[in-house]
Amino acid sequence: MHDLEASLSMLKNEMILLYIGRGILFTLIISVIAVFCSIVIGSVLALVRNYCTKGLAARFFHALAVIYIEVFRNTPLLLWIFICLVFLPCPAAFSRKMFGLTSVETKLLFKAAVALILFTSSVIAEIVRGGLNGIPKGQFEAAHSQGFHIVQTFRYIILPQAYRSILPTLLSQVTSTIKDSSYLANVAVIELMARVKQILSAANQYNGTGSINVSDVFVLFGLAAAIYFIINYTLSCIVRRMQKNMNRKK
Amino acid sequence: MSGIFSARAWGKVWDYRGTFLLGLFNTARTAIFAILLALILGIIFGLMATSGKKALKIISRVYVEVIQNTPILLQTCFLYYALAFSGHSIGIILTGILALGVYAGAYMAEVVRAGIEAVPKGQFEAAQSQGFTYLERMYYIILPQSIKMILPPMVNQIVNLIKNTSCLYIIGGADLISLTYSFVTGENTGSAYAPAYLISGLLFFVICYPLSRTASAWELALKQREQRIEMIPGQREESEVAADA
Repeated sequence: MHDLEASLSMLKNEMILLYIGRGILFTLIISVIAVFCSIVIGSVLALVRNYCTKGLAARFFHALAVIYIEVFRNTPLLLWIFICLVFLPCPAAFSRKMFGLTSVETKLLFKAAVALILFTSSVIAEIVRGGLNGIPKGQFEAAHSQGFHIVQTFRYIILPQAYRSILPTLLSQVTSTIKDSSYLANVAVIELMARVKQILSAANQYNGTGSINVSDVFVLFGLAAAIYFIINYTLSCIVRRMQKNMNRKK
Repeated sequence: MSGIFSARAWGKVWDYRGTFLLGLFNTARTAIFAILLALILGIIFGLMATSGKKALKIISRVYVEVIQNTPILLQTCFLYYALAFSGHSIGIILTGILALGVYAGAYMAEVVRAGIEAVPKGQFEAAQSQGFTYLERMYYIILPQSIKMILPPMVNQIVNLIKNTSCLYIIGGADLISLTYSFVTGENTGSAYAPAYLISGLLFFVICYPLSRTASAWELALKQREQRIEMIPGQREESEVAADA
């Protein structure tokens, strides 16, 4: 019981709470940025994979998109994080002190975040493709008959419908990305998961008992689990409500 | 590109091929046992969710929500450190099997639940009225109808599980990714980055691609079958119209 009280006392330490709070912020920001960038890249990939099928140049890009999507979908995220750490050049803008991180950490953050974006865009490409495939062919023909050229057709007719139908799936992808962002903990101490692990490894200095106890594991990882759960469960409740509304409209 | 074309780097990878094979072996056995555990958990909790008994439903719901809404990395760390600091360490591979099995089990449970719920309610009632026991009902009536719905997403979850074996890295893993990383950063073996990552990625791809390919082929076949079924009444109407004329 004494151990548990000692572990809980860590949560009263303002420094630790601030440290974890910044971790939450990083987790959220990284995930949201990753999803937004991935929607852009993923949409391009999905459009190329679905509609670039005529002509030599188009077929070449089609093959590229297929290879990209399949390769990233069938290999682990951690591998891509490691690959980006070695091979990705880091622009000067990201190799200095920022956001309370050291210059080494911002470099790692940039590289690992790019890996996360590359990985997530392959998943989102398939989601967008699912939305595009669900659009009846008549929509294209109708747009064509009204004199829309191909870019206008996609911009005004096809994409708005596709995005609306996949909005719940995209939102649940945010949940997955928040969970995936914990893989960054393998290479740098920036986001929530890594910070909690970091505190655990120094828990003997904070809990006042001079040693790391089982109760520290439960309190710290339990706190992190609760935080992840609250964020993701809220999102998944929103997703479920949206799906219910969409089904009702049908 | 750190020696993707350098014969020396490739030679080094070839000399240390045992490392990669060991990693592949560890990843494979972790994945296989975790898949078994996940299937067992998935079926149990999936059946609980569709049992109609409130208490069982709530237990299953809590399991699924808690596991699905927290990262696998956190769960693995939690399990590993809780066991390690209480002096019951069970080894990295076994920890991985348990953590991955429980994690994938939550997804399997949802897949099983969705599959069973897609079977019309009348089928359950008809089976019951014919005197089938619960197990007979599930085995002879429900399972054959839902298996086509269940298999594609289940295979997708297996692919995810295989990719997630990389979470062993954070607890000092012995899986393919971890061994690849210790190979490229090792003192004697270091710097052959490109060949090593290429090999390790290729091994994952060779395992996962056929699986996810099969899953999407099944999914497509299922969708086309559904569309055909939907079209049948329409066609009949047309032929009736023709017959009338």
